[in-house]
Amino acid sequence: MLWGGGRARIKVSGEAIGAAGRARGVRKKQGGWSSLLGFLQFGANSDPGAPRLPFYRHALLVRITHWLNAGVLLVMLMSGLQIFNAHPALYWGAQSDFTHPLLSFSAFQNSLGQIDRGVTQLGPWHFDTTGVLGASWLDGTLLARAFPAWATLPGPQWLAMGRVWHFFFAWLFVINGGIFAFYALTRGHIRDLTPTARDIRALPHDIMQHAKLRFPKGEAAKRYNALQKLAYFTVVFVLGPLVVLTGLTMSPTMDAAFPFLPWIFDGRQSARTIHFICAFSFLGFFMVHIIMVVLSGTWNNIRSMITGRYLIEAGGEDV
Amino acid sequence: MSDASRRNFLRSATLTAGALTLAGCRSLSQTQWVQDVLYTAEGLTRRVQRLFAGTHTLAKEYAKSDIAPVFRANGTLNPPTDDYQQHVRDGFVDWEVKVEGLVEHPLTLSIADLRKLPSRTQITRHDCVEGWSCIGEWTGAPLKLVLAMARPKPNARYCVFYCADPMTDTDNDGVADDDFYYESHDLLECTHPQTLLAYQLNGKPLPVANGAPVRLRAERQLGYKQAKYIERIELVESFAHIGGGKGGYWEDRGYNWYGGI
Repeated sequence: MLWGGGRARIKVSGEAIGAAGRARGVRKKQGGWSSLLGFLQFGANSDPGAPRLPFYRHALLVRITHWLNAGVLLVMLMSGLQIFNAHPALYWGAQSDFTHPLLSFSAFQNSLGQIDRGVTQLGPWHFDTTGVLGASWLDGTLLARAFPAWATLPGPQWLAMGRVWHFFFAWLFVINGGIFAFYALTRGHIRDLTPTARDIRALPHDIMQHAKLRFPKGEAAKRYNALQKLAYFTVVFVLGPLVVLTGLTMSPTMDAAFPFLPWIFDGRQSARTIHFICAFSFLGFFMVHIIMVVLSGTWNNIRSMITGRYLIEAGGEDV
Repeated sequence: MSDASRRNFLRSATLTAGALTLAGCRSLSQTQWVQDVLYTAEGLTRRVQRLFAGTHTLAKEYAKSDIAPVFRANGTLNPPTDDYQQHVRDGFVDWEVKVEGLVEHPLTLSIADLRKLPSRTQITRHDCVEGWSCIGEWTGAPLKLVLAMARPKPNARYCVFYCADPMTDTDNDGVADDDFYYESHDLLECTHPQTLLAYQLNGKPLPVANGAPVRLRAERQLGYKQAKYIERIELVESFAHIGGGKGGYWEDRGYNWYGGI
């Protein structure tokens, strides 16, 4: 199975890989600009001089839905934080136990009545997070706000507009994700993303290879490795549906229509907490994703997600 | 286009788009056409939610043991007008709720009149637009019964609820004196079995902070849709001519009219 729904336009021949494998021995040491450019193009532990063969990596539909999703998720996260700022506390169960939130952000005033401290509470712990969480600066004033203005959409406190952004882009998120899921399920792309028993067995080896920043070459680079499959599958088929369902559970009309929604999440406030965790899981995935894109070849990866064209460094490390 | 120039173009296009997105976030929210586009989702959401929720699916009703020790009050906590304060002192014996507009039979109901109607008691979860939830037991007259007495005309589509709490302090003396709260619901929500003119919370007369002597309960909607301190209900075909024309005090300030989400 090849990447991008198995519709490779350009094949890497075994012949070329063999030759490239031999060529690796004669790698020359390069310095300064050319090694930086090599890193930006092909990432860590790659030989900029090695033969490379083009490979059609991502189908057009995957590329389009990927970039739309990137923009939509950014708006969803930032408008979601704007909404969260209206009541910056999380609870478990059907309703809010205002005296015992699981997580809360608050601002405190000094004796003159000016806000001077932001505090984050997580369970029994309290942290001074002035400037970032609980209290942060906007136009020269320290304001009581859970997340700072640079992280929210709109920047200033404006719940109504945050909701309008969130509920418009929620539709785009569902439609775009639905198109991708339909494509993946009907065109075999789901198999590229589903970890197999062999992948699970290879997991320790994959983790070691990742820790050493050694990324697959040759034939192995045409497939997602075990860690990639686990990450992509979880994000697309677990985190995606979960964030939508917990979002719907916060709607009182949806709860009347589908009483099982608050039931499966143990209540509306639990659903809100899980929704929040999902949002930050997306953010966590995004950060690891960007680090991996950079380490494994920024421009090679970005180009493959724009034009589909990916250059595979020949090499025999088939894992 | 050569490979290199295409690559350069794509690179700068990506960077420019990113910078514009970040810089434009603030002003985008204030741009009329952006707002117009974003607000279109409300109609879609309302239609789809109504499709699934139908006219009479009920909001979940909870057990006595689920009732919150203190029901959180929000918005106006004590209307400061002399008129309202006099009603508080009098125990609301002279409070009247008028039902008028597009009805065959306009009504004026006292709290005693409302209490004489068949009542409904329900333990439900109140969901605030801010994000919190609170469970309480409400007792009141189903609005459906009141409307049946008033007999809406065929062209009546909405109930507009006029409240006794002013929201704006026009003369800056620290006391609100103008822009009285109002809300509206369509007849579908108004005739829902759980939609009440509630006069009791947790078995006691409605406290002032929660909307005494009578407030709306529309259990499939968010808190800002549940008007407190109700004095008058007007049946209308359109609310475009009322207040800011968006169907409610908060709607005139940007909130969605459809409050089911």
